[in-house]
Amino acid sequence: MRGFVLVPAIGAVMGLAFWAYQENYTTQAAQSDAEALSREIGALRERLALLDAEWAYLNRPSRLAELTELNFDRIGLQPFAPSQFGSVDQVAFPPDPTELIVDGIIEARGELRPDQEGEAQYP
Amino acid sequence: MIRTPLRPLARILAARASGADPDAIEAENLRQRNDARRDDLRVRAEGRLFVLVLCFLGAFLTVGVRMGTLAASEAEEPRLAAAGEAIVATRADITDRNGRLLATNLDTHSLYAQPELMVDPARAAQDLARVFPDIEADALHRRFTDGRKFLWIKKKISPEQMQAVHDIGEPGLLFGPREMRLYPNGRLASHVLGGASFGREDVHSAEVIGTAGIEKAFDSYLRDPGLAGAPLATSLDLRVQAATRTVLDGGMKLLNAKGASAVLMDVRTGEILSLVSLPDFDPNDRPQPLGTGDQSDSPLFNRAVQGVYELGSVLKIFAAAQAIELGLVNQNTVIDTSGPMRIAGFPIREFRNKNYGKIPVSEIIVVSSNRGTARLALQIGAERQREFLRRFGFLAPTELEMVEAPTGRPLYPARWQELSTVTISYGHGISTSPVHLAAGYASLVNGGTRVRPTLLRQPGPQQGERLVSESTSRAARDMLRAVVTEGTASFAEVPGYKIGGKTGTADKPRAAGGGYYEDKVIATFASIFPADDPKYVLVVTLDEPQETTGEKPRRTAGWTAVPVASEITRRVAPLLGLRPTVEATPLAGLTPIASRSGD
Repeated sequence: MRGFVLVPAIGAVMGLAFWAYQENYTTQAAQSDAEALSREIGALRERLALLDAEWAYLNRPSRLAELTELNFDRIGLQPFAPSQFGSVDQVAFPPDPTELIVDGIIEARGELRPDQEGEAQYP
Repeated sequence: MIRTPLRPLARILAARASGADPDAIEAENLRQRNDARRDDLRVRAEGRLFVLVLCFLGAFLTVGVRMGTLAASEAEEPRLAAAGEAIVATRADITDRNGRLLATNLDTHSLYAQPELMVDPARAAQDLARVFPDIEADALHRRFTDGRKFLWIKKKISPEQMQAVHDIGEPGLLFGPREMRLYPNGRLASHVLGGASFGREDVHSAEVIGTAGIEKAFDSYLRDPGLAGAPLATSLDLRVQAATRTVLDGGMKLLNAKGASAVLMDVRTGEILSLVSLPDFDPNDRPQPLGTGDQSDSPLFNRAVQGVYELGSVLKIFAAAQAIELGLVNQNTVIDTSGPMRIAGFPIREFRNKNYGKIPVSEIIVVSSNRGTARLALQIGAERQREFLRRFGFLAPTELEMVEAPTGRPLYPARWQELSTVTISYGHGISTSPVHLAAGYASLVNGGTRVRPTLLRQPGPQQGERLVSESTSRAARDMLRAVVTEGTASFAEVPGYKIGGKTGTADKPRAAGGGYYEDKVIATFASIFPADDPKYVLVVTLDEPQETTGEKPRRTAGWTAVPVASEITRRVAPLLGLRPTVEATPLAGLTPIASRSGD
């Protein structure tokens, strides 16, 4: 009679001990994981601050002004002027999308040319 | 347990037979039974007490042991708590109102030497002189060999320089980590930011401390680790500051001015969106203060905050506004401005000895009549004028969040006599800074409530005390607008934006004392826009400008400060999101830009 109680109890103690041992080690692993992550976050934050500083340095107004002047013939940027404000009625309505719908048969002619790899290429 | 009967029959019978008292047997048995019960109860009670004692003992022991360990052990942070709320030990960034960086930190290295570890000091000195052109090889070699154990060579070096020093291969040259303050925008907003330098320093780290401007005023705030590096948001707008500085710099050079300043302020919140003082400096490499001579010639001098000048006619609007506020006159009251006029023996003259005759109050402002405002000031009286200017903040340093702000202390006569009243009404005899003027104009035109200038981003309008009534404020705006449409500031007009303002041209007082220069002026234009519902105040001041396109050099503000201010407004107003009221040039059509969803 006593054995019936004792054996499962001992079994339960051993099971719990094993579970506690395992939990202990998973917790330790999770902790060192989290520590590594926070170290990584710290390093990334530092890097982010550096990139922010670099971004701010590269986007400083004097440099941007110089670049727009250098590339004026290509991009033609000028300072924002009062005349650039438009009103809503100056905005054209977009074209009626129903006009763009193609119905009926369309005939297209072309030539299928093999390219260097020998596959057909569509011009 | 078999219970013993109280009267066992055998013993009763035996007692009866022997003539003894059978009740004695019963009593004896009863006593024995009670004894047994008492013993039993006692054992149980003792057992309970023992358990209770154990419980208390356990509890007290636990508390005691815990206290003991807490007292005896080293304090330790929980291992994982630090990951979420990192304590940021670096100095906080400074940003503009939209979050663009104005000041940040950069990790670099410092270079120091330990001569006793050196293999070949002579060669090291030679090679270092090659890497750093400002180092003299001989002097460095002397310092390497004079017996010292430690010396700093450079406080901050770039990664390229660090590599070059590595390549020297000298074991006595060592690097320490350094955090340096970086101002990515260079000269922009240099006076506001001030600068930073190293405080206490050793090999492994150095303390970055603010040396001037907002960096010094907020030094402890920026260094507070508890704020977790939250950036300090200033009220400046980087784009507006850049545009203002570019235009002002061009204007200053074009007009041959010695210096210039511009202050752009929001009339409701008191936020300063742009504060430029030229010449300026690079806060990354802050120059030394001048050893000798006039400090106001140094680029470190902040003309907008520290420079107090007699600003001239720009103050006339305050005399007119006060006279209207007191009910002495209204805009259309005709005042006799004809001369001659002498106050306490001094003649009061108009510009170029003109005579405007009898003109209404609004016309006094438009033509900028000295004698007209003098008459208004005489009606107001010294005491009331002084009190009025004090409430507008003209008699105390501004409360701007910079260490330099208290040095911009206005100068005014200690004894406010009749002559002072008259000259102060047209801006002579009182010296204030451009920021004072901007704050005064903002308080006057925003509906009449006091705003205090600030360099920090504000959540909403300031609820200041009322200085003048709504109707006086409107009258002042109308008069300022008239100055631009028909008066001395006709160059200020920007199509689409109703600009109002007042010019001021003040002769510079001689530095040695005794009168004023004939050919040196401070030209000021204080403007508001849009004039019918002002949102911003712009004060432009040029120091000794000279416009030389005409036959004679022109120095009045209308020819110098006004065109510069007008160009600043034209550039800045669109950036501030102000839509021109009238289309300047109707566009043929807008360029449609396809916008696809999902991009």
